[in-house]
Amino acid sequence: MSAVIPTEPAAAGAAMRRTKSVSERLRYLWYLSRRSPLTLVGAAIILLVLIMIIAAPVIAPYNPDKVSLTARLLPPSAVHWFGTDEVGRDLFSRVIYGARASCGAAFMIVLISMSVGVLIGCFSGVVGGRVDTAIMRLMDVVLALPALVLAMALAAALGPSLFNSMLAVAIVRIPAYVRLARGQTLSLREQVFVKASRTFGASPFYILRWHILPNAMSPIIVQATLDLGGVVLIAAALSFIGLGAQPPTSEWGALVSSGRSYMLDQWWYATFPGLAILITAMGCNLVGDGIRDMLDPRLRGR
Amino acid sequence: MTAGVETMARPVLEVSDLHVRFPASRNWLGRPTSHVHAVNGVTLRVRAGRSLGIVGESGCGKSTLAQAIIGLAPYEQGRVAIDGQDFQAAQGREKRQLRQKMQIVFQDPQSSLDRRLPVWRLISEPLHIRGGHSNAELHAKAEQLATAVGLRPEHLDRLPHEFSGGQRQRIAIARAISTDPDLMVLDEPTSALDVSVQAQIINLLLKLQRERGLAYLMISHDVALVRHFCDDVAVMYLGQIVESGPAEEVLGDPRHPYTQTLLAAAPSFASPLPTLAEVRTSELPNNRKLPAGCFYKERCGKAAAGCEVPQVLQRLGAGARCARCHLAQG
Amino acid sequence: MMTGATELRGQALAIHNLSLEFPTFSGAIKALDNVSINVGKAEIVGIVGESGCGKSVTTMAATGLLPRGRYRITGGSVRLFGHSTLAMDDSQLQDVRGKVFSTIFQEPMNALNPTIRIGKQLTDVIMRHEETSLPDARRIARDILADMLIGEPERVMKLYPFELSGGMRQRVLIAMAFSCNPGLIIADEPTTALDVTVQAVILRLIQNRARRTGTSVIFISHNVAVVSQLCDRLYVMYAGRIVEHGATRTVLEAPQHPYTQALLRCLPERVAPKQELEAIPGAVPNLLHPPAGCYFQPRCKEAVDLCRSQSPPLAGADSQQVACWRRGVAPELSEQGSRK
Repeated sequence: MSAVIPTEPAAAGAAMRRTKSVSERLRYLWYLSRRSPLTLVGAAIILLVLIMIIAAPVIAPYNPDKVSLTARLLPPSAVHWFGTDEVGRDLFSRVIYGARASCGAAFMIVLISMSVGVLIGCFSGVVGGRVDTAIMRLMDVVLALPALVLAMALAAALGPSLFNSMLAVAIVRIPAYVRLARGQTLSLREQVFVKASRTFGASPFYILRWHILPNAMSPIIVQATLDLGGVVLIAAALSFIGLGAQPPTSEWGALVSSGRSYMLDQWWYATFPGLAILITAMGCNLVGDGIRDMLDPRLRGR
Repeated sequence: MTAGVETMARPVLEVSDLHVRFPASRNWLGRPTSHVHAVNGVTLRVRAGRSLGIVGESGCGKSTLAQAIIGLAPYEQGRVAIDGQDFQAAQGREKRQLRQKMQIVFQDPQSSLDRRLPVWRLISEPLHIRGGHSNAELHAKAEQLATAVGLRPEHLDRLPHEFSGGQRQRIAIARAISTDPDLMVLDEPTSALDVSVQAQIINLLLKLQRERGLAYLMISHDVALVRHFCDDVAVMYLGQIVESGPAEEVLGDPRHPYTQTLLAAAPSFASPLPTLAEVRTSELPNNRKLPAGCFYKERCGKAAAGCEVPQVLQRLGAGARCARCHLAQG
Repeated sequence: MMTGATELRGQALAIHNLSLEFPTFSGAIKALDNVSINVGKAEIVGIVGESGCGKSVTTMAATGLLPRGRYRITGGSVRLFGHSTLAMDDSQLQDVRGKVFSTIFQEPMNALNPTIRIGKQLTDVIMRHEETSLPDARRIARDILADMLIGEPERVMKLYPFELSGGMRQRVLIAMAFSCNPGLIIADEPTTALDVTVQAVILRLIQNRARRTGTSVIFISHNVAVVSQLCDRLYVMYAGRIVEHGATRTVLEAPQHPYTQALLRCLPERVAPKQELEAIPGAVPNLLHPPAGCYFQPRCKEAVDLCRSQSPPLAGADSQQVACWRRGVAPELSEQGSRK
């Protein structure tokens, strides 16, 4: 039997690594997460919150806005798992529905600041020169604004609402993404494959669209995930001081704020929403850390 | 008058007295106070179907020369002409057409390909940029090119990291020939590859040259490779060509003291390790402030009277050889 | 070189049948398979091979430099001047490094601390291993820098690494490696990132110093020409196995193993200009699922059935040993011609 000596094109095939199928990819993800159990915990928390948001009407035992003056300030029991508030609304249902406002707001904030920030940052990095310098100095000004003060100013001007405070926080967080995106753009511009595109005659926008944006998104998404945790806290803080969601919308920060007056005798009112904030923020941070570690090429095994 | 490197037919690439410098430091107003003089007066010509090798060590300016030719580094003095037309001065459509005629293959096959794009998209990128083709057309063209370089067309939907180093360099070569160029600049195309893979890529490049009549400008530090691959060679030192001519002659019988040192130092089966006296132990001079007179004077073992004046590239005898050293004559 | 018990004591390094694998998600990568390397006193030995052949892994495993927990030794032993290094823990290895053996790596910038001056880095190493005072250590450092032909050693000692060129940094590292007079120096591609003129100087310095002080050297490289100039003996590795070894001249002028022969035919130096190079068809085997029998057989023109079923051992005379069924071993088979 003749020894098969591969010809050139066949050799190219023989040396290929097999692409992973979908099930292999999932198993690999599982293997990676097993190495870091905290990431799994974080992912479980996020999953739980997502279920709360999507299936709120199904999970919540009561209508969160249903007032019952006979059931005011009841402690946690089998009937009301988290107790009731000062007008008799079930706190468990309010916390579950509150996830929509809190997490929804946080998600929107991060989405807006990331999109706007990345566009500005990449543009600034590609264009360079005086335009770049002007944009960065403008971002320095925006960075100097404290989120809460800006939110208060907007509330005074446009009226307090969840949307206005979201806008305020989003604006203040844009510079961080601009910096990140610009840094990525500047370093990617020096990559050989970008130089290759330039030699083919690609315009700066072609390079931005096809090479820089897709490659820059990876660390930016990690940053956004980590940010989510922090933004949940900020959104809650704004509602806490009355600038965010207005009553009777249930939102975790607003619940903590209302519960503040009843802290001594009715501990459950502020505690459970507070715990919800804490756990969600922690879950986002854990997942963000996990994703960052997974994407870090040095730590990545095979 | 300085003589350039000549090869046989019509010149595809003609570089005339090219000087490239970068600002090294700036004052508080932003104006440059000192420069790095990377290329100091290079003149060369490459004709269709022929290969010119540029050899030299780090800091000699060969990579900067390649970048200036291909349009990645701006220059203020000198001229680069493709098929007779000035490249840097060209605008708009004319420039786009000139770009198509000249392509580059980089040293590192990994970083020269965007990891996120499938291979067919990478190969057809120059055509995609040029515009006017649908995705299906680009895919088909990519398959044609892949076959021409020895890759399997079925694998073109995969990502670059799924290929080996040698295959990635083939992808880069397929990309470079996609616009049917007349000139290919090869910037150390096999330095990052294993010896057996290097052999495959060299064979491929020679085959493509025979089939398509390509002109090659190869930048390399590997003297043995240049001797095998190139028809002509130019040895660079501190931004100048110090010796040039047919590869076999220059590398077999070097006349310039720097070329002699370079060849003595190059590892080879035939000779033992050079003695320390044969290879200079001092460092490359700074190219921010170019030396007066002959650039190689300080490190040269044969420095004599007459070396304080700037040396000029002169013909040696009647052939195509030139050397930038008054002692090399005769 | 035989590995009898009496000979072991005279060896600088005796790696015997070392097998090693890297466990990964998809399985275990068999990085080394029964690798045996011997370095005698005052010998300069070369290990050549292409990327992935295991040449760096061998010495790194022998000196405990591989990250713990990421690899598994599945067989064999390592004796460094009689000490068994595989059994040592980190603190024992720390004592042995520098004094008994020293390593020089490829990237000089990564091996030097960018925030500490050269002089201090040198004296730190010297004082770690020798019982000397600081002024004495400085003197030793100055001497060794001068030995490496670094002009003005006093001035250089006050500099930071980034102020030196790549070639100078590598010379500093070699000085550091030699400073404690180790018995063995492991040089892992020390000149690959450097220009040829600098490389020639460094190779000469290593050779001169090693011959003068009687230090053994292991030189790892993918550049066969460099190894041919520097080394007395040569090991050729392929896919984690040693396929041929012997005196440098013998192996390179009369290579026996089909891989060595093919490798030498690939080199531009050995072929007329513009001639097609005889590239080796195929590719290096995937070490996750290595082929049965000889690892080179899928690419070998002379492969027979035996090659595909059993892997050949190293066999031959002391001056040249080959791992190939068609050479030297089982003489009745090699005479059978091409029974394919």
